[in-house]
Amino acid sequence: MSDRQHGEDLDDQNAPGEEGGRESIAAGVRTYVIGLVLAGLLTAASFAAAGSNLIYGPAIPVALIALAVAQMGVHLVFFLHVTTGPDNTNNVLALAFGVLIVALVLVGSLWIMGHLHHNLMPMAEMMQRQR
Amino acid sequence: MSATQAQSSNDPHKLGHGEVPVSERGPAPKRIVVAYGFWIFLLSDFIMFAGFFAAYAVLVGETAGGPSGAKLFDLTLVGWETVLLLLSSFACGMAGIATIARHRFWFLVAMAVTGMLGAAFLCLEVYEFTHLIGERAGPGRSAFLSAFFALVGCHGLHVALGLLWLMTMMAQVWAKDFRDDILRRIACFSLFWHALDIIWVALFTVVYLLGAGL
Repeated sequence: MSDRQHGEDLDDQNAPGEEGGRESIAAGVRTYVIGLVLAGLLTAASFAAAGSNLIYGPAIPVALIALAVAQMGVHLVFFLHVTTGPDNTNNVLALAFGVLIVALVLVGSLWIMGHLHHNLMPMAEMMQRQR
Repeated sequence: MSATQAQSSNDPHKLGHGEVPVSERGPAPKRIVVAYGFWIFLLSDFIMFAGFFAAYAVLVGETAGGPSGAKLFDLTLVGWETVLLLLSSFACGMAGIATIARHRFWFLVAMAVTGMLGAAFLCLEVYEFTHLIGERAGPGRSAFLSAFFALVGCHGLHVALGLLWLMTMMAQVWAKDFRDDILRRIACFSLFWHALDIIWVALFTVVYLLGAGL
C-alpha cells in the first residue's frame, strides 16, 4: 500500500504484513482493535481454562492448544494481514510450508523420543543386570 | 480488446494473470521482494523455535529430582508478560498505520510505546530468571530447566534484539524521514515484532499453562 503512490503497477500480490486494498486510517485502526480484543479474549480464556474445574481435566491440554492455535490465527490475520485472500497466495503458501516443517519437527521428535523412552530400560534395572 | 476487458472485469484479482503473462512482467516491486524475503526468514525462525519446543517437550519430565514446572511457574507474572507483549504488538500496529499516514510524530510516539512495553516484558522475564536461579533452579539443575531456559531465553533474546532494531528505526525516521528504504525496514520490523508475539502465544501455552498442570 505504501509505495503504490509511486506509480508502480497495481500488483496482484500483497507483501506480507501489508494491508490489502486502499483502506482508510480508521479502517486500519479498527482491524487492529478487533485483533486486540479477540486476542485478549482468547488469552483470558486460556488462562481461565488452565486452572478451571469447569472443563473435564484430561481435556484441558486439548482446549489450551486449540485456543493457542486460534490466537495465532487471529495474530496472523489481524496483525500480520496474512489472510486467505487471492492477493496473499504467495505468503500463505510459504506459511503452509513453514507450518509443515514445524509440525514434522515437533511430531517427529515427540514420536521418536517417546518410543526410545518406552524401549529403554530404567536406569536402576540396567545397573542391576550389569552386575 | 473487448475480450481482454471482459476478462479483467470477470477477474478482478488477475488470477488468470491479467493481460501480460507472468513470464513477461519482470520482477515484483522491491517493497514486495524485501518483505517476502523477510517473511521467509521469519518462517525459518519459527522452524528454529520448533526445534527448541521439541527439545523442551521431550525433556519436560526429566527433572532429575529437581523442581517441576508446576512448582516453579508463577502464572500471574506470565499473565502480565502476555498482556505487555500483546499491547506492544498492538502499539506496533499503530506505528504501522502512522507510517502509512506518513505522520512522523505519531510514528515516534507509537514506537516509543511499543518499545517501553517490550522493555517492561523483558524486565519481568529477567526478574523471573534471576528469581529461578536464586531458588537454585537455574539451567544447570536439570535437563528440564536447561530446555526451559534455552527456549524462553531464546525468545527473550529475540525481544532484546527487536528493541535494538526498534530504537534504530526510530532514529532513522527521526533523522531521514520516511524514505523508501526506511519504509521497507519498518515493514520488516513490524513483521518481526508481531511474529515474536505469535511465538509467545505458543510459549505461554506449552511451557507455562500446560507446565503448571503437570
